[in-house]
Parts: sequence; structure tokens; C-alpha cells
Amino acid sequence: MKREIPILIVGITGFTMLIQYFIPTGWSEFIFTYAQDWTIVIGILALPLGIWSLVKANVSKLKVPGERFYSSVLLGGFLIMILTCLSRENIRMGSFHMDIFTYVLVPIQATLFSLLAFYVASAAYRAFRARSILATILLLTAFIIMFRFIPLGPISDLNNSVVTWILTIPNMAAKRALWMGIGLGATATAMKIILGIERTYMGHD
Amino acid sequence: MSTYELIGNGIAAFLTLCIFSFLYKDNPFYKFAERLVAGVATGYFTMLLFWTNFQDKVWEPIFVNGQYHYIFPAVLGIMMWTRFSKKYSWVSRYSLAFYIGIGSGVSITVYLYTYLFKQLQATISMPLTADIAGFNTLLVVVAVLSALVYFFFSKPHTGLFGYVSKVGIYILMVGFGAGFGLTVMGRIALLVHRVIFLRDYLIALF
Amino acid sequence: MTFFEKMMQIDRRWVYLAIGLAVIIPAIIPFNVPVSVSPEVEKIYDFVDSTDTGDYIFISVDYDPASMAELHPMATAIINQAFEKGIKIVFVTLSQFGAGMVEQLTNELATKHNKVVGEDYVFLGYRPYPAITIMAMAVDFRVPFPSDYYGTPLDSLPMMNGIKNFFDVKGVIDITSGNTAEFWLTYGNGRFGFPLAIGITGVMSADYYQYLQSGQLFGIIPGVKGAAEYETLVHYPGAGLDQISYQVIAHAVILLFIIISNVAYFATRRKKSKIGGSI
Repeated sequence: MKREIPILIVGITGFTMLIQYFIPTGWSEFIFTYAQDWTIVIGILALPLGIWSLVKANVSKLKVPGERFYSSVLLGGFLIMILTCLSRENIRMGSFHMDIFTYVLVPIQATLFSLLAFYVASAAYRAFRARSILATILLLTAFIIMFRFIPLGPISDLNNSVVTWILTIPNMAAKRALWMGIGLGATATAMKIILGIERTYMGHD
Repeated sequence: MSTYELIGNGIAAFLTLCIFSFLYKDNPFYKFAERLVAGVATGYFTMLLFWTNFQDKVWEPIFVNGQYHYIFPAVLGIMMWTRFSKKYSWVSRYSLAFYIGIGSGVSITVYLYTYLFKQLQATISMPLTADIAGFNTLLVVVAVLSALVYFFFSKPHTGLFGYVSKVGIYILMVGFGAGFGLTVMGRIALLVHRVIFLRDYLIALF
Repeated sequence: MTFFEKMMQIDRRWVYLAIGLAVIIPAIIPFNVPVSVSPEVEKIYDFVDSTDTGDYIFISVDYDPASMAELHPMATAIINQAFEKGIKIVFVTLSQFGAGMVEQLTNELATKHNKVVGEDYVFLGYRPYPAITIMAMAVDFRVPFPSDYYGTPLDSLPMMNGIKNFFDVKGVIDITSGNTAEFWLTYGNGRFGFPLAIGITGVMSADYYQYLQSGQLFGIIPGVKGAAEYETLVHYPGAGLDQISYQVIAHAVILLFIIISNVAYFATRRKKSKIGGSI
């Protein structure tokens, strides 16, 4: 019952939503609307699981001497954001809660990802070498695409035309084939889930 | 900038430099900033979820507007919390099953339509004329077919099949090269944004 | 160790320093770079330009502070154009920190254009699970969003009178850094067929041209260059155009790195093959 009933639920709901697409009646649209609505509610109540996991993990790290300071920084930040938003008004710009968002969260997140610029430069220098025909094709294409940023008069105009051609013809064809494969794989996985063949979402007993 | 904004942006500049210090090596300033953002982000998301999602879609419908049919999905959502219990974690499978069933059911038709049918239609309806457009059409058709042949692993890539799949991988390399070229632009933009912020702050400060 | 062998094994922190200097130079010595507009960006501009005053467009702001460098400029340019034309905008976010991004955009631009929430624009708010939310909005915006972000019931907002779902707006523009673009394509345009355009980061740009060719998207704004192109079209120079001079220097430095590294690689490879060693 612990595994069979969930598989049955997946099969029934999945099959219902699949055939609902082909039956444009009032009842079918009623089912569609309420299925989406209820799934949103389930999702909203499920999200705090992740929040609780993070808080619980860091509370337990408070006992570890090396991690105590950093865990308290994390929990301190968490608590400050809770305490500065005890009213719905505080989610508007101009509140102290949103000032912390603007002056703490935004710069740190933005800077964390800006480090990637250094890593991509390092990767371009250390790994981007024409070791084989395939690597050479990749390198040359990337070179032409990157070259469009260098303003060199008529050479730039020619380069822009080549870049447009690369993006709209061979790149487009390559990505089309790639995503057709991904789409087929995703469809097959969804069918396997509905038919009960794929059960990894249930975890282990 | 007002004094409050100067102080706020000063804190932002300090935290920016804390993160940049990681480029030299890992250090306490970087770790401090990293943990701070994790805590602040979690706290922000918690309150966003509470005020705009929980209140609008769970509390008000059930306890203010009397829409008691929302009790059923609310109970299913609460059942997800049993995942933390070793003895009762199987209860969460019922809620998960409902969610996964609906998601899988709606996705089959839209994935086939978006990723397969529309793309096939677009490929075969490209103009086949005796000019550049016609050449491009031929190139696209050959490229798409050969790239698809490359991904067919149920048959060994030998003989004619092997030659076609080789053309396919060459086309895929063009795609990946284009992706890398555009990625460089994107990554540099993220860095430039921070440099411009620091420059503007220094100008405002002095 | 020869010069080329030393070049192959240079400490990565020298590379970091070079890139750091490359982006500091334009900060000290600014210069302008002309930007040519691509057709895929112009189509989005034309779409907003052809929307009449009082008509509605739907903008989904689905990015986080991590990507705001590329996406904030294009969002600003589009909203500036729409507000100047008197177009009404319905905002939503399907990203965790997108609500903060929308608040920043509307706080700045609504004040600048004297626009009032509820009359000139509406911010529906944030919901998780983009696929489900998009499909629910296609039935009725009030299904996932009975109230707006500020808690006001949608039915009491003057702007939402007679506006039920995507078929009552002229089209949807999704500005995103994650896989939300896929969700809008499949569950939005794929299922319901409304006009859709996307503004995306450079990393994602190469993956969406096939949807442009097939007509599933009517336009793409690719990364910061696309943002600069859009700013050129709307005559609102901003952060996008500011960045282009930095991009020129940084790209030149990276191209130089690639050339040096390949020259060093081939020089050392030739030397090793002469000696008879393996690469």
C-alpha cells in the first residue's frame, strides 16, 4: 500500500491530465483549473521543507567549534530578515527589510556570479586549445562570435554577417537536433512515470 | 546619494570586496559573506512565501473566504512534512504522487508539440530555392538529420552511418562554440556590473 | 623551461589580474562603441511600438540579482518604452528573488513616468512551480493570483477590469536567466499559442534561435549586447550601452589569451615531437 497507492494516484492523475488535453468540455476545463490550483497550494506548503532543513542543519552546526561563527552568521541573517518583515508592508521598496535585500543580498549574489568572468578567462587560456579537429571547430566558431565585439570597421561588418549566419543556420540546426532529443527523452520519462515504470521519485523504504 | 544610501552602498561595496577576495584564496571574509547571503536569502524567501503565497492561497481562502475545498490540497501539502520522519515518510508519497502525476500528464503533449512537431514542421517548411536561402535550407536539413543520427546510440557508428554521425558531431561543435562565445559575453557582463558599481560608489564617496 | 612552456603553466591568478585590469581601464577612460541592431531585437521593439496606448502587455521578470547585470538593462528599456507609450503592464515573477527585481524596476520607473499601481501597472507577485502557474494564469490570472503582490484583490484593481488571461493581453515578454523560458515556451506558447518573446542571458542565447525560426518566439534579446541594441532603439541609453566598451576590452584580452595559449601549445607540441616525446 505504501508504494502501490502512490503509483495508482500517479497513473490516474497523469492519464486524466493527458486525455483532458483532447477533450474541450466544461468538465475537462474544470478538472484542469482545479488541478493547477491545488498543485500550487501543495507546492506552497511543501517549500518550507527546504527552509527547515537549512535552519536545522545550521542549528546543529552551532555545537561544532570551527563552524559555530559561520552558522551563527547564517542564522543571524535569517532571523533579521524574519524580524524585519512582521507586516506585509515591509515587502515594499523603502522598508528596512528591502534595504537589506538591496544592500546585502543583491551585491553578494551579483558578485558571486561575477567571479565566473575570471574563471571563463582562465578556462579560455588553459583549456581552449586546438588539440583535435572537433576542438578546432569549436574554437574557431567561438573566436568568430567573440570577435564581433571588436570594432574594426568593414571587417566588423563582415564578421557581424558571418556571426548572424552561424547563429541562425548551423547553430540553430545543432540546437534543434539537441532539443528534439531532449524533448523525446522528457516525453518518454513522463510516460514511464505515468505507467509506473519509473519510480525513483518515491525514494526508498 | 544621501547619507543612508552612502552607508548602505558602503556595506554593499565591502561585501563585494569580500567576495572578490576569494580570487586570491579562500578566507574568512569570503566565508562570512557567503554564509550571510545564504541566511538573508532564506529569510527573504521565507517571508515572501508567507505573506504573498501562504496568506493569499491558503489562509485567506480557507479561514477568511470560506473556500473549504482548499483544505484537501492543504492537507496534502502538510503531508509532505512527514518526509522528516523515518517511520512515516511514506505518507509524503501520496502528495508527491498527486503532484508528479499532474505534472507528467500535462507535459507529454506540450513537449511533443514544442520540441518535436513544431521543430519538424519548421525544418521541412523552409524554402528550397536555387539561391542562398535554398542552400541554407539544405544545410539545415542535412545538419539536423546528421546531428540526430549522432544521438542514435542503438546502432554502432560505422560505415555510412558513422560518416553521417561524424558530420553531426561537427555541426554540434559549431553549436557549442557559438554557445561558448556568447557565454563569455554574459560572464564579462556580470563582472563589469560590479566594477561599475564600485566606480560609482567611489565617485559618490569622494 | 622555455618561454612557451612557462606560458602554458602560468598561475591562473595572473590571468585573473589581466581580466581585472581589462575591465578597470574603461572605468577610468570611458569611450563609446556604436552598436548595430539585430532583427530579433528589433521585432520586440516593433511589437511594443505597435501596441496602442491603453492596451496591455504582460512582462514576466524571472531573474535574480545574479543575472541582473544583463537583464535589468533590457527590462528597464522595455518598461521605459511601454510606460512612455501609455501601455498598461501586467508584471509577474516566477523566480525566487524576482519580486525584489520587479520592486526595484517599478519603484524607479513608475515614479519617473508618474504611473500608479492598479491603474497603469499591476504586479501579480510570485508563485513557485512556473509550469503550473503559467497554465493556471492561462485560464484566469485570478486562479493563481486572487490578490496582487500587495494583497489587493485583483477584482478591485481598475486596470484588471475585463482582463482575464493571456488572451486579453497583446503578448508576453519573459525576461529570464533560468529555465523559465522553457516553461513559457512549452506550457505557455506551446499549449495556448499566445505571442511570446524572451530576453535572456548570453549563456542561454544560442539555444533559442530554433524557436525564433519556427515562429514559437517572435523575438529574442540576447544578453547585454541585445540590451544595448534595445536601448539604442528606444533612445534611452543606460547600463547596457555603458557596458559595451568594457566588453570590447575584455573580449580583446580573452582573444589574446586564446591566441597566446594556442601558439604556446603548438610550439611546445612541435618541440616534443622533434624530441620524440608524447604530448
